[in-house]
Amino acid sequence: MNTAADAVKQFTPRARTALDTPAIRNNFRKAMDGLMDKRLDAFADWDLEALRELGAAVRLRALSRLPELLELLERNLQANGIQVHWAQTGEQACEIVRDICNARNARTVIKGKSMVSEEMELNAFLARSGIEALESDLGEYIIQLAGEAPSHIIMPAIHKNTAEISELMHQATGTERSSDVDYLTASARAQLREKFMQADVGISGVNFAVAETGTLCLVENEGNGRLTTTVPSCHIAVTGIEKVVEHLADVTPLLALLTRSATGQHITTYVNMISGPRKVDEKDGPEAVHLVLVDAGRSAIYQDRELLDTLRCIRCGACMNHCPVYTRIGGHAYGTTYPGPIGKILMPHLLGLDNAGSLATASTLCGACAEVCPVKIPIPQLLQRLRSEAMDGDPQRSATVAGHGSKRRWLEMLLWHGWTVFNSRPWIYRLGTGLMTRCRHLMPSRLGAWTRYRSAPRPAAHSLQQQLRQRQHKEQ
Amino acid sequence: MSDIIKQYPAKPSRVYFYATCLVDLFYPEVGLAGIQLLEREGIEVVFPQGQSCCGQPAYTSGLNGQARTVAASQLGLFPDNWPVVVPSGSCAGMLRQHYPRLFAGTTLAEQAEQLASRTWELTDFLLHVCRIRLQDRGEPIRVAMHTSCSGRREMGIADSGPALLAQLDNVELVQQARPAECCGFGGTFAVRHPAISAAMVEDKARALDTCGADQFVSTDCGCLMNIDGFADKQQLATRGQHIVSFLWQRSTGGAA
Repeated sequence: MNTAADAVKQFTPRARTALDTPAIRNNFRKAMDGLMDKRLDAFADWDLEALRELGAAVRLRALSRLPELLELLERNLQANGIQVHWAQTGEQACEIVRDICNARNARTVIKGKSMVSEEMELNAFLARSGIEALESDLGEYIIQLAGEAPSHIIMPAIHKNTAEISELMHQATGTERSSDVDYLTASARAQLREKFMQADVGISGVNFAVAETGTLCLVENEGNGRLTTTVPSCHIAVTGIEKVVEHLADVTPLLALLTRSATGQHITTYVNMISGPRKVDEKDGPEAVHLVLVDAGRSAIYQDRELLDTLRCIRCGACMNHCPVYTRIGGHAYGTTYPGPIGKILMPHLLGLDNAGSLATASTLCGACAEVCPVKIPIPQLLQRLRSEAMDGDPQRSATVAGHGSKRRWLEMLLWHGWTVFNSRPWIYRLGTGLMTRCRHLMPSRLGAWTRYRSAPRPAAHSLQQQLRQRQHKEQ
Repeated sequence: MSDIIKQYPAKPSRVYFYATCLVDLFYPEVGLAGIQLLEREGIEVVFPQGQSCCGQPAYTSGLNGQARTVAASQLGLFPDNWPVVVPSGSCAGMLRQHYPRLFAGTTLAEQAEQLASRTWELTDFLLHVCRIRLQDRGEPIRVAMHTSCSGRREMGIADSGPALLAQLDNVELVQQARPAECCGFGGTFAVRHPAISAAMVEDKARALDTCGADQFVSTDCGCLMNIDGFADKQQLATRGQHIVSFLWQRSTGGAA
């Protein structure tokens, strides 16, 4: 927990470093431009607005009955032979996974991509327990070799270009250096294939958990998800409690939105629907399937009618693909499991506003994220709410988010007080603007951070209100 | 955002003009041009005394209390049921989208809702309510257009500027790279995160500088101050002008 909190506190220096690194700027710009185009193409034949309305409605309906649906999910999963575990914290979730592994004497684990497991810091936890976890998603595999965290929730190694990946694989596994992506992929695949056969346990995430049928849906492109969930004798799925949907039919619009928004694909290569362990007459599949439902701060978000919208997210990453800030600083600058706009509205809940509060200010509120969000999360509105919480800025509503008020500084408040007086008393405003126009040549040419990169603005010789008063005077 | 539904009123005989603080102090010519454009359309323009700031800087900084105090001082300036016209997508967005949220549950809620429902961004109003027809009296010129994010996504006016420019025979609209991307201003964002803001405005200024336009126009003085300030300091040739000043200048053949 402390390391996660420390990492996010370094946001500003990390962002600066990223901005000064041309490779990061170029890799992200190129990748994000491509993703934006692909998304547009993928939705070309769709009534996108109608689909987003539907997606948002499906998620809201599920959230409005979340406790009830989670219980229904549990019952139906159990009826299907899937064992259900509840974890209040990420650490508890790690312990549950470890205990399942230990009970099976499992020493090697193969993992499909799961952001919740990143949030839990599961790999490090398992390593401390003597269990080796190997990432099988190509992007995750690459960053695991590099000892890094994902820089994007869908494309974890998007910050690296082919040359960097080739060099990394050469150093770590002896793969011959190559600029041929297919060659690099094939050699990673060959190495991973062996590990799949040896692994004692497979761990995956979940995209949608269907309450009505007790089904776990998992989308992926590499087949690693299917191998992870079918080859080892035990499959453990981990997911946040918000991933539940009511009906199987609810998956249809969400899936259509998810893959198009994320990677511009009409559908992923694999859509896995897991509804239980191997049955007696079946030839493959795991003997045991577990689901770990992780709260880790989510039920606290759920208590607030406005902040609840944060939990609509289906983790497509479109908000970061379209974010002008993310595009320039990349995912690592955030120092959080979830970067970009969704990270800015989610991480303050998980880490507290005292640690992650500055993330909410790192946005122009341009609204590009909300414009593309497939489930219409009002991200700028939520950012504004978190800014207010961080400042204890609304006397009419008591702040509730952990670490609220931690960004309130007396000097800044004094400036704002002056600003408020200036703008709410017409005679002071008139006097002040009159002074500024008269003394316009005395205006400082250095105005802190603004003039580090820009010339200082200069007041006009006569304000509009002065000119209008003169004009009125002439007419009379 | 994408679900803005607008019901344009019939062309009124009177409107309120809400200038915004940036126009008042830094860009008064924009206010004058806006007022004169409306007057030329046969509309009486009422400029209420007591205008200052809409409260947005405090609001986007999370200081709803301060924003409410300033906004409350502006709420009462528009008692009659006339449209309120604003030469800024951002400040219009504050009145239209955020005042109702800011005052929700207070005694001013109804007044805020009422004001929001008759707030219009100026280019949108000229195009769709006044149904203005502009005559171009200027020399041939190539112009790029930067619509503010709040104009684009809160007020839904991204098409208004280009449509007005298209009425001018000698004006050719040139497209810069990534026209819908933010310029990096974001009010206090530019001061809280100066390096990120600088990277954004640099890309925007260079896109405008290299797109082949003689100048650019914008719907918002915040963007103008940001992009022009950067271009000036970095000695890029590109310069911006508020679209309203530009339209007035072109259609009168004189200086704004």
